[in-house]
Amino acid sequence: MSGLAAIVGQPFLRYAFLAGAAIAAASGLTGYFVVLRSQVFTGDALSHVAFTGALAALAAGADLLIGLYGACVIVALAMAFLGRRGMADDTVIGSVFAWILGLGALFLSVYTASPAGANGTSGVNVLFGTIFGLSAAQAAIDSAVAAGVCVVMIVIARPLLFASIDEAVASARRVPVRVLGALFLGLVGVTAAAATQAVGALLLLGLLAAPAGAAQRLTARPFRGLWLSAAIAIGSVWAGLLIAYAAPRIPPSFGILAVATTVYLVAIAFTPNGRRA
Amino acid sequence: MTVPGLSWNLVADFRQLLMFPFMVNAFRAGTIVAVTAAALGWFMVLRRQAFAGHTLAIVSFPGAAGAILVGISATIGYFTAAIAAALVIAAVPRSLGGRARSSEAAIIGTVQAFALACGALFVSLYGGFLNGLTGLLFGSFLGISASQVLVLLAVGAAAITVLALIARPLFFGTVDPDVAAARGVPVRLLSTVFLVLLGCAAAEVSQITGALLVFALLVMPAATAQQITARPMASFGLTILLGLVIVWLGLAVAYFSVYPVGFFITTFGFAGYVLTAAGRTAVSRGRRRRAVAVPA
Repeated sequence: MSGLAAIVGQPFLRYAFLAGAAIAAASGLTGYFVVLRSQVFTGDALSHVAFTGALAALAAGADLLIGLYGACVIVALAMAFLGRRGMADDTVIGSVFAWILGLGALFLSVYTASPAGANGTSGVNVLFGTIFGLSAAQAAIDSAVAAGVCVVMIVIARPLLFASIDEAVASARRVPVRVLGALFLGLVGVTAAAATQAVGALLLLGLLAAPAGAAQRLTARPFRGLWLSAAIAIGSVWAGLLIAYAAPRIPPSFGILAVATTVYLVAIAFTPNGRRA
Repeated sequence: MTVPGLSWNLVADFRQLLMFPFMVNAFRAGTIVAVTAAALGWFMVLRRQAFAGHTLAIVSFPGAAGAILVGISATIGYFTAAIAAALVIAAVPRSLGGRARSSEAAIIGTVQAFALACGALFVSLYGGFLNGLTGLLFGSFLGISASQVLVLLAVGAAAITVLALIARPLFFGTVDPDVAAARGVPVRLLSTVFLVLLGCAAAEVSQITGALLVFALLVMPAATAQQITARPMASFGLTILLGLVIVWLGLAVAYFSVYPVGFFITTFGFAGYVLTAAGRTAVSRGRRRRAVAVPA
């Protein structure tokens, strides 16, 4: 109990737990559909873009959040409009991603060379997250944004599920499939930007994919899986934060990813092969 | 002439470039890595295993960070992690076979993120070497020692020798696995050997471009060359040539500028790829127009 009191008593831990829960819920809800719609690659793309966008903003002297949200949402919407027709093979994708990261490395060194970024930790923070370093204002913004994503996701969950499982029938039943797809990718972009601050650009794919993958192994029912995915994500973030709090040498991002990966592994181990039809 | 500066005198520039031993070592290492990566990358693009290459490169980052943490050479960490990952990847697909693709992508994404998280953990446990971290992720050509060059050369030469030995059956098994298997080619064994070689190449490239930018040397030269010509031998030679040009240019420009080498190598590789893609589109469009125009 004294441990709990200590956590509630310290503002940076309170922010980390509150913002972390909101971000995790948003990641769990969007991640479930990301995995269901086979758009894991989109999450991969956004993680690269998040890094470069955030550092471009820093290098230009702007606020990190502007670059982060701007780049993620713009790229997510662009991918929605390019659509599946514009989807190239993995060679092209890999080349583009490597170049985007190369650009990020350029912005990182521009920023590190400028007086504002002389300590050189910002690049590392963008890559691997700084959930314990969130200020009150950042935590409020991230929580509000993530909560907004959750609300919109819950509102569109039903038609989006229909459109994801059978696009042709859904559009015949006058479900606005394209609009839903674009809206969904925009939400993934916002989630990716928020998650970058919690677990970092390089690791946000894990927060999107692992809880959702575990939930899909554990239940075949869509809505139960959706809630389960969000619950696993929140549980992973909280457990990871507790581990990092108990052992200060362990970065919180590692704790979060370690818990999420373990849950996924356990889910794989304890469900028989090919149970899901 | 202590500060590097670019002049119009190319000979002087070149002499300046090779004035310091660290730069000579960087060019030696870059050359070895470019040839190894191009050779393995050519087969990788042909076999559509770019994703495997990406994973191997990412896994080499926690390998190197872990090796530094326990106090052994990062080179050993790179190779051990990448080769171990290659063996795991070679073993895994069969047991996962027949599952829905979406969950497989979720597994791969989780594994990659977890590997990067482990790297972050090792770096944090080792304590405060932030410059080392960006070097591991985005590459650095400073401080490559002569003994490291020797290790790169030994591993690169071994990998290319083995590749040369298995090249013919591997090509057969890549182009038509079913027929090759029917003709008694050990397709599965070849694919395991190839993944291990790819792990060696990914580990070598990681040491120059950093774990995140390995694609620049592994994929871009091969993808560019295979766009220019469909003839196997010609495109293979072209791949190696492109790899060398990209690395040499990248190192030279990075030497005269303050920006990281990873950025220049990826940019030159990507520019080459985009230019050939655009050129090919233009050529094929022109050809189609002519083909339509002639009968009319």
